[in-house]
Amino acid sequence: MDRVPILKIGTTLFVSIQIDLQDESVVRLQEDLADELAATGAHGVIIDITAVEIVDSFIGRMLAMIGSISRLFDAETVLVGMRPAVAITLTELGLSLRGVRTALNAEKGLELLNGSA
Amino acid sequence: MDELPIRTGDDVVRVRQQVRVVAAKTGLSLVDQTKVVTAASELARNALVHGGGGLARVEVITSALGKSGVRIGFTDEGPGIADVDLALTDGWSSGVGLGLGLSGARRLVDEFELTSKPGSGTSVVVVKWSR
Repeated sequence: MDRVPILKIGTTLFVSIQIDLQDESVVRLQEDLADELAATGAHGVIIDITAVEIVDSFIGRMLAMIGSISRLFDAETVLVGMRPAVAITLTELGLSLRGVRTALNAEKGLELLNGSA
Repeated sequence: MDELPIRTGDDVVRVRQQVRVVAAKTGLSLVDQTKVVTAASELARNALVHGGGGLARVEVITSALGKSGVRIGFTDEGPGIADVDLALTDGWSSGVGLGLGLSGARRLVDEFELTSKPGSGTSVVVVKWSR
């Protein structure tokens, strides 16, 4: 199973998903992020999904849960870089991803986090 | 026709990749490729989680009018589904998910056929046509 690395930059945790996500990898990411939030006291999480070709109901649910978990650590999660085809498919699938904010790209995501800090 | 086993999470990823390759070759648009790959991901996971593993068959087909499409068949030898209509309802879940997998997968494809009986496994065949 591949793991997704988490980078800490200032008070933000940065995650860029560059692998073909299998279920175990997303569950692991969720646990790693919770540990990292507890250890660092970071106030924001940016998840870059520019390279992610599909988000199905399981992966989507896990991303939404990461948003909820982060909030328990006083951190905001921003999902950035969603592909247009993924956005259309997610909507048709019926997934709303409530609980996570979204931004066009990593730069705008950071602005969103800093603006709400 | 490609036959792919579904025994592990890695196999689900391989099914997605194979469906992507075939859908692209069939000439589906990027959005339609993404839809059919997402549907395949839901159904492959179902075969793994609820069916205890199974098989995916991916093939290119041609309609009577000459349109090409990708057809994917999923079979498992699991416990089967007692109430197919209920299982296809948005929000109905066997307990592990949101209940969007099966109903969502159906919305993402052009043709969807599910056959199942308690005790004799489940078979789902989906088709996505190029436009």
